[in-house]
Parts: sequence; C-alpha cells; structure tokens
Amino acid sequence: MSALDELYRQVILDHYRSPRHRGSLKGPHIHAEGLNPSCGDEFSIDLIINDGVIADVATQGQGCSISQASGSMMTEAIIGHTPDEARALTDTFKRMMGIEEGESPLDPEKPGSVLGDLEALQGVKKFPVRIKCADLPWTTLADALDRSDA
Amino acid sequence: MTDLRHLRSDFPILGREMNGRPLAYLDSAATTQKPIQVLDAVDDFYRTKNANVHRGAYALSSEATDAFEGARAKVASFINAGGPNEIVFSRGATTSLNHIAYGWGLNRLSEGDRVVLTIMEHHANVVPWQLVARHTGIELVYLTLDDHYEVDISGLSDLLDERVKVVAFSGMSNVTGTLGPVRALVDAARSVGALVVVDGAQLVPHAPTDVQDLDADFLVFSGHKMLGPTGIGAMWGKPERLEEMEPAEGGGEMIADVGLYESRWAPVPHKFEAGTPPIAQAVGLGAAVDYLEAVGMERVRDHEHEITGYALKRLADVPDLTVYGPGDPERRGGAVSFSLADIHAHDIATVLDEHGIAVRAGHHCAKPLLRHLHVPATARASFYLYNTLDEVDRLVDGLLDARRVFGLNA
Ligand SMILES: Cc1ncc(COP(=O)(O)O)c(C=O)c1O
Repeated sequence: MSALDELYRQVILDHYRSPRHRGSLKGPHIHAEGLNPSCGDEFSIDLIINDGVIADVATQGQGCSISQASGSMMTEAIIGHTPDEARALTDTFKRMMGIEEGESPLDPEKPGSVLGDLEALQGVKKFPVRIKCADLPWTTLADALDRSDA
Repeated sequence: MTDLRHLRSDFPILGREMNGRPLAYLDSAATTQKPIQVLDAVDDFYRTKNANVHRGAYALSSEATDAFEGARAKVASFINAGGPNEIVFSRGATTSLNHIAYGWGLNRLSEGDRVVLTIMEHHANVVPWQLVARHTGIELVYLTLDDHYEVDISGLSDLLDERVKVVAFSGMSNVTGTLGPVRALVDAARSVGALVVVDGAQLVPHAPTDVQDLDADFLVFSGHKMLGPTGIGAMWGKPERLEEMEPAEGGGEMIADVGLYESRWAPVPHKFEAGTPPIAQAVGLGAAVDYLEAVGMERVRDHEHEITGYALKRLADVPDLTVYGPGDPERRGGAVSFSLADIHAHDIATVLDEHGIAVRAGHHCAKPLLRHLHVPATARASFYLYNTLDEVDRLVDGLLDARRVFGLNA
C-alpha cells in the first residue's frame, strides 16, 4: 500500500463521511472546545458522566478527514468507560502516535492492543504535519475530563 | 506562450525533489522562490559591504549605505514613484499597513469616522484598522463580493459621505484572484476627500505598477512575494501624506534630535525607519527588482494570464471541483482557490504533496472572505513567472489521484 492509501484507509474515510455520535447533548453535561489555529480545524465535545461512567458523548466540528475521523473513532472507544479509562486510552493513543513518550501499545511483542479502529490512524505518523490533526479530538477530550470532577 | 522556461535554472530550489517527484511549487502567493541573482546579492553584501548604515564615518559604512539607499531608488523606479524618498522600507505589507493605521489613522481619525474595506482583505488590512477602532471608535464598513467574485461597488455611492475618511483595499485577492476595482474606489474616495490605501502584496509582484496612474495615497507590498528576501517590504506614500503621518515606531535612525521629553523626527522616509533596518534584505530586494525588470513586468503578467487561463480550463474538467474566483483569466490574478467534492483542503494538500506539488490549504489569512464564501478552507494553487503548463497538468493529475484515494471515481 502506498503511504497515501495507508493514510486514508477505508475505515478512516468511513468515519469521516459518517461520523458517529454527532451533535450536542441536552441536560447537564460537560462541554469543551478545541481549535487548531494554524489550520482552522475545530472540534467540540459534550459528555455526560453518570455513576462514574461516560454515559453519552456527542461531538461537533469541521476539519480534515484525519481530525474528524479521529474524533468519531474516539467517541466509540470511550463511551461506557470510566473517565480514568478514557484518560488511559488517551495516553495509549498519544503514545501510538508518538505525541507522548512511552512504549507504544502497538508493540508486536505486546498483543491485544485496545485501540481497535483507532490503529488505522497509525498511517498518519508518516505525515508529521498531520499528527496534530489526529490529536485535536483527544486534547479536547482531555480538557473536558479535566473539567469534570470524576 | 510567453515562454519563460529558461528562467527556471535561475532558481536553485526548483531543482529539488519532494517526496521523490520534481518539486512543483504552486504557492507563490504565500512566498516566492529566489533566483540566484538575489541570493548572490545578499551573500555579496555580507561578504564585501556589511556595516551599519547612515552613521558611520568610514568608507565601508558609506558603501553599505549606498547599497541600501541604492535599493530604495530601484524600488522607487520599479513603481514609478516620484523619487526614492517616497519609499519607506518596512518588514513587509503587514508592517506597512500597521504603520499607516497607527501613524496616520490613530492620529487623524476619531469617533464616527469610517474606514471602507472590502470583504476580500487579508487579515493584514483588517486587524490594524480594528485596533485603531478600539482606540478611536471609528467604524469599519465592508464592500462585499458579487456572485462573480467581483467587488460589488453597486452600493458605493450610497455609502459615500463625509464620514468616510479612508478607503483601503487589496489590489488583488490572495484567495480568489479578484482584482480590486482601483479606478472606481479611487474616484469614490476622492469624491469625499478620503485617503486611499492599496494593499499591493499580490499586485506589485505580478503586473506593471505605476503609482502615478494608480493615484492612491499609499501602496504597500512585500519583498518576499516578488523574488526578494523575507523581512523586507515597502510602503510608498504621496509626499504630503508621508509628511503629515506620524511615526508608529520610535528609536534610533528615525530622529533629528532627542531631548529628555521630546524629540524631533528625521526627514521622510527615515522618520518611519526606526532601528537598524534589514540592510542585506533591502539589497536583495533591489536585486529582485532588477531581475523582474530584466524579464519585463508585461511578460510576467502575460505569462501568468496564460498559465491561469490554462489552469482554469483544465480544472473545469475535474469532476466536483469548484473554483472560487472570477472565470476570465484576463480579469483576475494567478491565485486559484478551489474545493474538490467532500475532500477537505488539507487532505487535498497532503495528496498533492505526495506528488511533489506544493499548494496551500486553509483560510489564507482571509477569514471574513471564507465566511462570505461559506467555506471553512480552500486549497489554493498560485502561479508566478517560473511556473509551467506542465505543472498545471501535474496538479490536475494529482487532484484526480485525490479522488481515487477518497474512493471517488476518477
Ligand atoms: C493580499 C495580501 N496582503 C497582505 C499580505 C501580508 O504580507 P506579509 O505577510 O508579507 O506582510 C499578504 C500575504 O499573504 C497578502 O496576500
């Protein structure tokens, strides 16, 4: 596969074109917004945390396929999980992308990674200027979780 | 075809490969590449003439001063100014516009006065006026674009009254390629005695410019967009405007005398050039002007018309592609913004980059215009004297590949 085809995998295009959990939430929720001023990509997230788990999530945004697909995949990965699990997933994701130091969860010696579809975003690593695109939803999520007391 | 292919060998960077393909540099509206003549001029200045300008009593300093002031004279004659003293060196179009907004606007505008802009302005011709508005309470009024991406001047006469003190507009949009309606806006401004400021960042590099014909009060431009170095640009002003304008920056070089509490300014243009200027950069700009004059600005313009016309024609054959800009290549500049199906501009740029083609993606520092067009971002190809029809063909092939990558039929 060429680097381009590896970047724009089917699953990424699918999330870009049919983003999951789109919209906003009614009732009490946590809201956070993220922006990449250099490219203008926007992402916002609404979270409802009930009984210590992320009960519902909705996102809005506009931007490139990488930022929007990353956000869509993220919603599927965090719903039903605790805020701590979501934080851990954020770290795992950032390590996979080389944004944070640490052992990559995709080490072949360590089977059973937890990232699922998100692994498709590895192709972005060959395009360093686009890594911040993939990261935007996660930074926004971290901001939202910081606002919750959970 | 005004064949300028032979010039390409003057630009070392055009020999580079990008991602394994020959570089097709289609981002000259952002900054242009530099010919060896400019690189040599800068290098030679540092190797043989470097000293600070104006104050030195030794021969080397006087050579440096001659080189610097010589560049000013070249820039003056390039735009047919009345003389070198009408040229103020600055860091570029942005700094020049800030200078006008602060040095002229802040001192001469007051609450209720109006500044007329167009919706297609670069942020450099928007934000400085907003800053002045904060201090003075002036009002900003925008002319919009019509359905053909031309500045809509139909409501201009209704807008004109004695409140209008400044009309400031771009000679050419860096997004749509729209040409500013110079004649209409200058006449309108004159009818109410308003100041005319032309942002020539995309105009001066691309077409013959004569400030006597233009009849504006100020014209600003950037060296790096016309084959020169970064960090140098110019503001041309009518002598009486430059006289009445206050400096926006104070410091060395710009004074006649400094007391403890008051100072007197040096004569124009030096009163606007506080601090050590970008000397080598000015010399480089002088060399860029020499280069453009040797080629001939008519040929530069004709070449760009041809290439832009060809690009518009070829892009029309790419399915689901929308060009945001006038269709007639004779009535527009060579900045061509477009969108392609549901593929985001950044993704287009990434695919093209893999093909060795450099285009810009984003809001191009013109957010009010992009909002007006209802697009969050566009991809933009822009052309200059060194671009070829062949590069346009490669652009089209790259866009067809973007369709393939995004699962759309080619
Ligand atoms: C129309 C226009 N005006 C002003 C500017 C600002 O130029 P600079 O960044 O060189 O000051 C640009 C640069 O993109 C431009 O295209």
